[in-house]
Amino acid sequence: MNLEINHIEKEGKEYLFLQGEIDVYTSEKLKQTLLPLTAQKGNEVIVNFSDVNYIDSTGLGIFIGALKSTHNHESSMKLTGMAERVRRLFNITGLDEIIDIEDSEREEAK
Amino acid sequence: MNQTSDFIEMKVPAKPEYVGVIRLTISGIANRLGYTYDDIEDIKIAVVEACTNVVNHAYEAEEGQMTIGCGVYEDRLEVMVADRGQSASVDVLKDNVGPISTDKPVTQLKEGGLGLFLIDTLMDKVEINNDNGVIIIMTKFLQRGEVEQNAGGISATTTDRQ
Repeated sequence: MNLEINHIEKEGKEYLFLQGEIDVYTSEKLKQTLLPLTAQKGNEVIVNFSDVNYIDSTGLGIFIGALKSTHNHESSMKLTGMAERVRRLFNITGLDEIIDIEDSEREEAK
Repeated sequence: MNQTSDFIEMKVPAKPEYVGVIRLTISGIANRLGYTYDDIEDIKIAVVEACTNVVNHAYEAEEGQMTIGCGVYEDRLEVMVADRGQSASVDVLKDNVGPISTDKPVTQLKEGGLGLFLIDTLMDKVEINNDNGVIIIMTKFLQRGEVEQNAGGISATTTDRQ
């Protein structure tokens, strides 16, 4: 019932590896880590979901906030390695239409 | 027919750290009933959305509790999430219900408002009562045998908003 966040900077890109569950309890921590990264002009932020097994609307809200931040600060964000269950929520809510989601890129940056 | 065989009630503080506890418990109950993996996920998310709304909006200054009741029937699971808050959490819940509108500029998107949309989408039947606190009652029917392929698909989702 926790979320581990690993931040790795590599080849000019900011990688966040998430592990665990994103809900109302853990999302604040994600917000504190993610938003400062998207708030820096030109940053390329790549969030890896390979080890995320749960997300709800609070978590989705964090990514909406981060997306807005990328627009305000000329940075970019990409989500990778999503399990089908997690991706389904992005599909149902229509977020997959506006957020850059790349499938099966889990080997990158390892 | 359709008599309640069991009723399970949990009462926890309306705090973020208990939402995960409810999620795991609901998962266990749904698993016991024989729901598919996908349906269990749907029930978990819907119940968590209701609990999250209580945590975020039901109580302002004072600390409160939320009650989660599960009616276990032969053909369905009914989950009730109730608070005793005085604030208008139901208005927040109903505000801006729907998926993301892709025709809006990104900077105008709202970060909330997806909760009730998800409950409505993932469960088969949803009722909301707003009387001395908010009660959300949501039902998921148990699909069996050959109808299972249709489970969670285009189900007849009805929302009774009062």
